[in-house]
Amino acid sequence: MAYTEDDLKKELETQEYEYGFYTDIESDTFPVGLNEDVVRAISKKKNEPEWMTEWRLEAYRIWEKMEEPDWANVHYEKPDFQNISYYSAPNKKPKYDSLDEVDPELLETFEKLGISIDEQKKLAGVAVDVVMDSVSVTTTFKKTLAEKGIIFCSMSEAIQEHPELVKKYLGTVVPKKDNFYAALNSAVFSDGSFCYIPKGVKCPMELSTYFRINQAGTGQFERTLVVADKESYVSYLEGCTAPQRDENQLHAAVVELIAMEDAEIKYSTVQNWYPGNAEGKGGVFNFVTKRGLCEKNAKISWTQVETGSAVTWKYPSCVLKGDNSIGEFYSVAVTNKFQQADTGTKMIHLGKNTKSTIISKGISAGNSQNSYRGLVQISKRAKNARNFSECDSLLMGNKCGAHTFPYIETKNKTAQVEHEATTSKIGEDQIFYCNQRGIDTEKAIALIVNGFSKEVLNKLPMEFAVEAQKLLEISLEGSVG
Amino acid sequence: MSLKDKLVSSFFAFEESVDVNADVHKVRNQAIKNFEEKGFPSKKDEAWKYTSLNALLKKDYSLFPKKESDIDYNSVKKYFIHDIDTYTIVFIDGIYSSHLSDTTHDKVDACLMSAALSRPKFKPIIDAYFDKIAPKDGLNSLNTAFSKEGAFINIPDNTVSDKPIQIINFSTGTEANLMLQPRNLIVVGENAQVQIIERHQSLTDNEVLTNSVTEVFANKNAIVDYYKIQNDTASASLIDNTYFEQKEQSVCSLHTFSFGGKLTRNNLCFYQKGERINSILKGVTLIEDKQHVDHNTMVHHTQPNCESHQDYKGIYDDKSVGVFNGKVYVDKIAQKINAFQSNNNILVSDNATINSKPQLEIFADDVVCSHGCTIGQLDEEAMFYLKSRGIPPKEAQALLMYAFANKVLSSVKVPEVKKRINKLIANKLNVNLGFDL
Repeated sequence: MAYTEDDLKKELETQEYEYGFYTDIESDTFPVGLNEDVVRAISKKKNEPEWMTEWRLEAYRIWEKMEEPDWANVHYEKPDFQNISYYSAPNKKPKYDSLDEVDPELLETFEKLGISIDEQKKLAGVAVDVVMDSVSVTTTFKKTLAEKGIIFCSMSEAIQEHPELVKKYLGTVVPKKDNFYAALNSAVFSDGSFCYIPKGVKCPMELSTYFRINQAGTGQFERTLVVADKESYVSYLEGCTAPQRDENQLHAAVVELIAMEDAEIKYSTVQNWYPGNAEGKGGVFNFVTKRGLCEKNAKISWTQVETGSAVTWKYPSCVLKGDNSIGEFYSVAVTNKFQQADTGTKMIHLGKNTKSTIISKGISAGNSQNSYRGLVQISKRAKNARNFSECDSLLMGNKCGAHTFPYIETKNKTAQVEHEATTSKIGEDQIFYCNQRGIDTEKAIALIVNGFSKEVLNKLPMEFAVEAQKLLEISLEGSVG
Repeated sequence: MSLKDKLVSSFFAFEESVDVNADVHKVRNQAIKNFEEKGFPSKKDEAWKYTSLNALLKKDYSLFPKKESDIDYNSVKKYFIHDIDTYTIVFIDGIYSSHLSDTTHDKVDACLMSAALSRPKFKPIIDAYFDKIAPKDGLNSLNTAFSKEGAFINIPDNTVSDKPIQIINFSTGTEANLMLQPRNLIVVGENAQVQIIERHQSLTDNEVLTNSVTEVFANKNAIVDYYKIQNDTASASLIDNTYFEQKEQSVCSLHTFSFGGKLTRNNLCFYQKGERINSILKGVTLIEDKQHVDHNTMVHHTQPNCESHQDYKGIYDDKSVGVFNGKVYVDKIAQKINAFQSNNNILVSDNATINSKPQLEIFADDVVCSHGCTIGQLDEEAMFYLKSRGIPPKEAQALLMYAFANKVLSSVKVPEVKKRINKLIANKLNVNLGFDL
C-alpha cells in the first residue's frame, strides 16, 4: 500500500515526544513541602559540612522573603512551592568504579536516550556527568581528566573533596539573593556538576552533563559551576529531557561560569524538556539562571538550542568585567503547540575594549509565543565597547506570536552598539522553489529553518549540531498549515 | 500635602466653576476617581523605567493662575512661524489670548476647547470623540479631570484647511511654579487635510510642568501632518500625550523636534482602525546639560495592509539623558503589515546616557517588521575629510550632525517649518556656516 499524505498527517498528529518514557528505578523521594527542616535534611542527606548547610539556610531565608516575579511575557499557573518534593534520588546509589556496576535499568535509560555510555567509552569522545532527578549518577572519563589536573565531578562530590574551591567560587557570579529562583536553587539544590580547569590547560575533550527529571511531582534544582583558571580552555555541553506527565514539573537550575584571565569557556545547551501535549497540558517549567564572569582577555560563549519546556524563562548572561573580554550568545528557540519562551541574554560591559555578539533566532509555530528579551549595558568606564545584536523571528501560522524586547543602555560615548531585528514568515516562493525540485513541503520547511538557524547551529560542537538539527525538525513537524 | 492630594482635593471646587455640558461632567468625575486610584507613574512601571517624575512632583505648583497675563506680540514673535499666514490659537498660562490668536469658524473650526465643551452646536462631536482614545492611565485621567482649555480643530469632510494651524502655549507663571493641563481635540473628516504646528514655550524661570493631552481622529482618506517643536527653557517640563486614531486609507505623520526643556516625555500612540493606513512617526532630539528627553511610542496595527514608519534620531551632549521606547503591536488578523522602526543615537559626551528599547509584538505571520537601533559616534574619517578641506572641527562636526538628522527633516512638508528647524539646529550647534543648511 502506498504511503499517502493522509498517512503522513496521521503520523504527524500522533507524533509524540520521543523521550517521554519513565524509568522504573526505585528512588528515594522526600515528602512534598519546603521549610528549614527540609533544607537541613537535604544537606544532611548529602553529608555536607556545616558551612554548606548554613549557606543553604541563608538562601532559604532570603527566598522566603522574595516574591515570584511576573514581568516576563509568559502566562502559566504558578507552581505551588509547598507541593513539590525537593529531593529525589535514584535509590541504589553506591559509588561505581566502572560502568558494569551501574544498575542495568539505568543504563537502558541512557541507551534509549541515545547517550550510550558504553559506546562513548569506546569512542573516547565525551566525558559525561549524568544528573538524574537532580542527583549525579555517573561521571565518565574521570581518570583521563584527572591526569591533566582537571576536576570534573558532581557538585556533592566537589563539596566533599574540594571544599576550598567550592567555597571560594560558589555564588560569586549568581548570588543567593539574585532572584527568586536562584535563591530557591541555592537553598535546595540537590546536585549538579562542578568543573575546574587548572591554569594553562586546554581540556582535551568536550565535557558534558545530562539532565533528566524522572520522578513525578519533583522539582529539579541543579547547580553547575565551571571555573576556568588562567589561560585555560573548556567546552561544556548540557542536555535535558523529561518523561511525559500531565502535571507541570519545575526545573530551576543555576549555572555559574568563571573565566579568569585569558581563559575561554564555551557552554552549549540543547534543551529538550517535555513541552506538554498538543492541548498544552503538562510540560516542564524551565526557569534558569545562567551567568558568566569574564576577567581580562577572557571569553565566554553561550550557545543554546531551546526546543522543549512548556514555559522557558532564561537569560544566559555575560559580565564583561575584565578589559578586552568577549561575550557571545547564540540562540535558537523553537516553540510549537502551546509552548511559551521568554529568553535572551544580558551583556554587561564593564571593562575597556569589551566586545559582545548576540545572535538570536526565534521560530514560533502552532499556538506558541516566543519572546526575545535582551539587555546590553555599557557602563561609564567601558571605553570602546562594541556590541552587535541580531534577533530574527520566523512565524509559522497565524496563531503564534513573536516578540522582541531589547534593552540598550549606554553611558559611554565611545561605545558602538547595533541592534537589528526582523520578523517574517517563510516565503511562499521559497517553498515553491523547493517543491519544484521535488522536495516536499515538510522537508522544505525543515531545510529553510535549518538555513535560518545555521549561524547558531554552526557554533555547536559536532555531535550536538547533528542532534540539534534533528530536534528542530521534530519540534516543527506537523506545524505546516 | 502631596501634589496628588492637592490635585484631588481641588477638583470639586474647580468642577463647580467650569461650564461644560452634563455628559462631560460625568467623564471628568470618573477621571478624577481614576487618577486618585492610579496616581502618577513611578519608576516601577515598565514604561517609566528610565524616566522619573519624582523630582518634579515634589515641587509645589499653582494649579489655577489667578492673574491674567498679557504679553506683547513683538516680544514673543520669534516663537511663531510668522513668515506664513496661519491660523493661530494661543494660550497664556492655559488661558486663551484673543489678541495673539487668529481663530476661525469659516469652513474649518480652529477654535477653543472651552467653546467646544460648552456649546450645544459641538455636542455631537464631543460626544463622539472626547476622551475616546486616550488610555485611562493616571496622567491622562488627571488631564481629563481638569480639561478646560486647549485647541479644538474640526475639519469637515472633503475640506482642506487653507492655512496651517499653530497651537502655542505660553507660560508666564510670574508668581509661582505652574502646572498646566492643556487638552486638544482634533477631528479631521473624510478626504480632509490639515497641517498643525504645536509649541510649548515658557517665558519664566519658575518651574512649569505641562501635562498635555491631544486626541487626533483621522477619518477615511484624511491626511494629517503634525509638528511638535519642543525648545523650552531649562525650567520647563513637558509630558505630552498624543493619540491618533486612523480610519482606512488615512495618512498621519507626526514630527517631534526636541531641542530643550528640563524633562520632556512624549507618549505617542497610533491606533490603526482600518485598512491601507500609513502612520509616520519621526523625531530629532538634540539636547545638552542635564536635559532629559523620553520618546515612548506605540503603533497598534489592528487591520491588514497597513504601514508604519518610525525614525528617531538623537544627539546627546553633556549630562543629558535620552530614552527611546518604541513598540509595534501587530494583531492576529493584521496580515501584510509593513512596520519599520529605527532609532539612531550619537553620544557626544562621556556623561550622556542613552537608553533604547525598540520592541516588536507580533501575532500575525505574513508581515514584514524590522527594527534597528544604533549607538555610535561621528565617523572619524568623515571628520578628517571635512577638516582636510579647511572646515574647522566645530563646523565639521555640526555639518555631520546636521546630515545625521536630515533624514527626518526631509519629510517635513511645510517649508517654513523646515527652515525654522534648520535655524534651531544651527543655533543649537552654535555655528554659523554662512549658508542655510
